[in-house]
Amino acid sequence: MSGKIKLINENGLRVDGRRPNELRPIKMEVGILSNADGSAYIEQGKSKILAAVYGPREVHPRHLALPDRALLRCRYHMAPFSVEERKSPAPSRREIELSKVIREALEPAIFLEKFPRTSIDVFIEVLQADGGTRCAGVTVASLALADAGIPMRDMVVACAAGKVDGVIVLDLNDLEDKEGEADIPVAYMPNLGLISLLQMDGILTIEEFNQALNLAIEGCKQIYRLQKEALKAKYVAIKEEVEETCLQ
Amino acid sequence: MFYFENRQIVTPGDLLAEGDYVAGNNTYKEGFRIYASRLGLVEYDGRTVRVIALNSVYIPSPGDQVIGKIEDVNVNGWIVDINSPYKGILRANEAFNKPFRQQRDNLASLLDVGDLILAKVVAFDRTIDPILTIREPGLGKITQGQIVKVSPAKVPRIVGRKASMINMLKKETECKITVGRNGIILISGPSPENERLAILAIERIAQEAHTSGLTDRIAEMIRREKGVKT
Repeated sequence: MSGKIKLINENGLRVDGRRPNELRPIKMEVGILSNADGSAYIEQGKSKILAAVYGPREVHPRHLALPDRALLRCRYHMAPFSVEERKSPAPSRREIELSKVIREALEPAIFLEKFPRTSIDVFIEVLQADGGTRCAGVTVASLALADAGIPMRDMVVACAAGKVDGVIVLDLNDLEDKEGEADIPVAYMPNLGLISLLQMDGILTIEEFNQALNLAIEGCKQIYRLQKEALKAKYVAIKEEVEETCLQ
Repeated sequence: MFYFENRQIVTPGDLLAEGDYVAGNNTYKEGFRIYASRLGLVEYDGRTVRVIALNSVYIPSPGDQVIGKIEDVNVNGWIVDINSPYKGILRANEAFNKPFRQQRDNLASLLDVGDLILAKVVAFDRTIDPILTIREPGLGKITQGQIVKVSPAKVPRIVGRKASMINMLKKETECKITVGRNGIILISGPSPENERLAILAIERIAQEAHTSGLTDRIAEMIRREKGVKT
């Protein structure tokens, strides 16, 4: 696997010029779809993802409704143009699995029991994929949930860490994910200090695993700060505008 | 111990207070710590800590006045869309003054699909859908006016403390304004121009709900708009 492509150069920098413990540049925006109850958009490096949340609303089909809590439904979908080779728009095995994994990462954060017999629907649309889409998907989805005004115990942030060319690195891109030795996506609730998603692909020693996990959590905390800012930005902008006109 | 200032914007999961406090709306308590559960403005009020949500759905509560749309006519009642995850149920005997008989009374002639009604929530709990009534003075079918929709979270702001905002709006625009708790507002005024002004003001309030000094600013805006026209 390794040896074909050099993922870490002689200066210790990665293929896109980052240091091993550096995140890709992240841009987040909240409330960009007017028809959804909550929505958000993220750009993490070259990965671009849109999330929409509807609900709590009536469950259709009716028989799926749960008597004691809301039903959380999640759809992770990649646009046909999101990858180099056109992807069939039908949900693939991988997308179905990621939908489930993301749903389970979000579920513990939401007060589902407050809305019995309803459903909360989360749609995650990957517009451009360059690795780390499941993590970025969790991050935007929780932003969209907060924007929709759904009560949550905490925000959920996700970030991956892994090993490429023998070095533990943060926030892998597509090339590092494919050519590297290991990848650990982690979803984390920063205020509660709980992990809601933990997967691993590849081989690591126990020491390397712990190191990567801690690095991923550090990454999550960094993203969390950006996430909070993005969430407040919509309202802070209005507030500042109002204060400005008042001063005039 | 408080971690924020009054009326600061908080996000879900923010630690708001630590110690012997009571968790109010949109917060939750774990041990001695109170966390925010919604995006909103934090409010410390004595021993209570609460968050005023910036966006939320309408959850019915008995006594609430709501505006709904008839969605379906059944044999013994109506299904009403009340802008909530739960469908409102209006029973036939709530609408007829005489005892209701299925063979004699035609429900659709009284209220048909698409009609708007002003109703009151009588009962609601987690297991049954909200039961509505129109058997009180002022309630019933809406025949005239314009409808504005806002997020149900903004309703308290539109009404204002001790109804200050809504009274100001009524006085300045000369409109009759009926606010449904579910975020649907009925406006009927002496002229379309007055109604337009009221709608403009309400949309502005919803937009700037989280800022302070809003009542004065809105009053000024209405006066300015009126000045332009005359």
